[in-house]
Amino acid sequence: MDNSIAAVTGTAVRTPEKSGMSPRRIAYIVTMKILMGASAVFTCTITLFIICYVFFKGIPNISWELLSTSPSYLADRIGILPDIANTLYILIAALVIVLPLGVGAAVYLTEYAQNKKLVGIIEYAAETLSGIPSIIYGLVGMLFFCQFLGFQTSLIAGALTLVVMNLPTIMRTTQESLKTVPQSYREGAFGLGAGKWRVIRTVVLPDCVDGVITGCILSVGRILGESAALLFTAGFAHTLNGFISFQNGALTTGLSSSGSTLTVALYVYAKEQGEFEIAFAIAAILMILTMLINLSAAAVGRYFNKRRSS
Amino acid sequence: MKNKSRIFENIVHGIFLILGLITVGCVLLITVYLIVSGIPAIREIGIFNFLFGKKWASTAATPSYGILPFIMTSVYGTAGAIVLGVPVGFLTAVYLAKLAPKKVKAVVETAVKLLAGIPSVVYGLVGMLVLVPAIKSIFGIPDGASLFAAIIVLAVMILPSIISVSMTALESVPNEYEDASLALGATPVETYFKVSVPAAKSGIAAAVVLGVGRAIGEAMAVMMVSGNAANMPSIFKSVRFLTTAVASEMSYSSGLQRQALFSIALVLFLFIMLINAALNFFLKHDKEK
Repeated sequence: MDNSIAAVTGTAVRTPEKSGMSPRRIAYIVTMKILMGASAVFTCTITLFIICYVFFKGIPNISWELLSTSPSYLADRIGILPDIANTLYILIAALVIVLPLGVGAAVYLTEYAQNKKLVGIIEYAAETLSGIPSIIYGLVGMLFFCQFLGFQTSLIAGALTLVVMNLPTIMRTTQESLKTVPQSYREGAFGLGAGKWRVIRTVVLPDCVDGVITGCILSVGRILGESAALLFTAGFAHTLNGFISFQNGALTTGLSSSGSTLTVALYVYAKEQGEFEIAFAIAAILMILTMLINLSAAAVGRYFNKRRSS
Repeated sequence: MKNKSRIFENIVHGIFLILGLITVGCVLLITVYLIVSGIPAIREIGIFNFLFGKKWASTAATPSYGILPFIMTSVYGTAGAIVLGVPVGFLTAVYLAKLAPKKVKAVVETAVKLLAGIPSVVYGLVGMLVLVPAIKSIFGIPDGASLFAAIIVLAVMILPSIISVSMTALESVPNEYEDASLALGATPVETYFKVSVPAAKSGIAAAVVLGVGRAIGEAMAVMMVSGNAANMPSIFKSVRFLTTAVASEMSYSSGLQRQALFSIALVLFLFIMLINAALNFFLKHDKEK
């Protein structure tokens, strides 16, 4: 055990004869190294365990029938196609709304705002938003979007709740990337006689795409994993809706009906119905998506770093 | 022409100003809604009975609404998660920031990022089917769904935030500090713990506070492993947190019971605001140095 940890820490434990240190110092150093190695090993082990366990239990239960059907009591089957569709709807709706809001707020903070106090207030508000637990978002979302604005329990109410949750993320990543746009670009464009909006549109915004994309990926991850905020805003229904469809001669959208996302479905199947095979299948799908998101975030980061430095 | 473009620029400026203020609006909206919907029940029940009442029986014939069990459970649960999670997270952070070879660092960092990305219901599911039965058989209790299970799940869930925030703090310690210590004859390990860590202490404190915020606000994972009975907290008893109290009764509540749930959310919100203030204090302290 000691040997393997020394191997992990990458430095051999020094022998007392050579270093000429007091035994107490050596004991301190060795203990600290062992503790650090053990902690790092523990962190990795627990991650590996969760991933392997979920895959081991979940992947055998993923079948084409599960992915491509709706649940039906008559046929005695459970399908998660509606949950997949709902997740996609919420994802698209939330991103479409949050992107302009978040990017716009970031542009205001870095390009327009003159008043330091106002900037401080907005940034403090963003920090506060990112610290609020999702159950509170769910509650206020239910009160405001479902009841006050009259959306009822629907996917759009869920998506709007997620918009508020993800606003700080998009704002922060865009802002960070806007700060790296060299001031000389702006000055050059102003010098050529461009107005402020034109400078922002043609010079500043194209250069902060990396921040916007990173923010999007982070938000997608957060939306996929969110459940507490959606429980009371988007509901539990498992019926399949088209994104846009014609019903009774009027254009309706699946966004106005209630529906569960993958995470909420997992919770319902595991906790309320005891269908653990289905729950694990969903968990495995969520883990695969999480991994893909992490990989793409890393890839985007690398791509833009390379482009920036060249 | 000139005038027209100035008007246009002013309009654009105005639009961006509104977009910037949306965040502030959201915070105000959440605060106002929670206060307005949370106050009536507290008034009716009485603030003392509400906060310090030991019995929660919202569906009984003579209902009683005391949320002390929830508050204490949240406090104990968070404290437990911090006691278990912080040392592991902190030591991993020191290792990754200072000692780890490049390749090992990349691998462990990937693991930490994955851990951060796992949805909370997945933690709950694994906890429900691995941890809860394990606790049941190891400690020989009738039901493993307990405060102890929740503490372990929370400890794992806060690891990634603690590791990444402490790492950032440790990595921004100026090299000169460490070089000076090494030149005076301290070994690397001694330098990291006796020079780098104290220099990064407010960043590490911020990491701990962030972990507290995460732990106290977590609902779904905890709901799946803690058993959900409104007991006063005890390590092997089924318990209910502030967050799960709101989540578990919301769908079927009405009247005073529903209003009391909003009041619980208000109490939770006040906790979070306190934690945010502490976080800001530490982060600002870090910047000023």
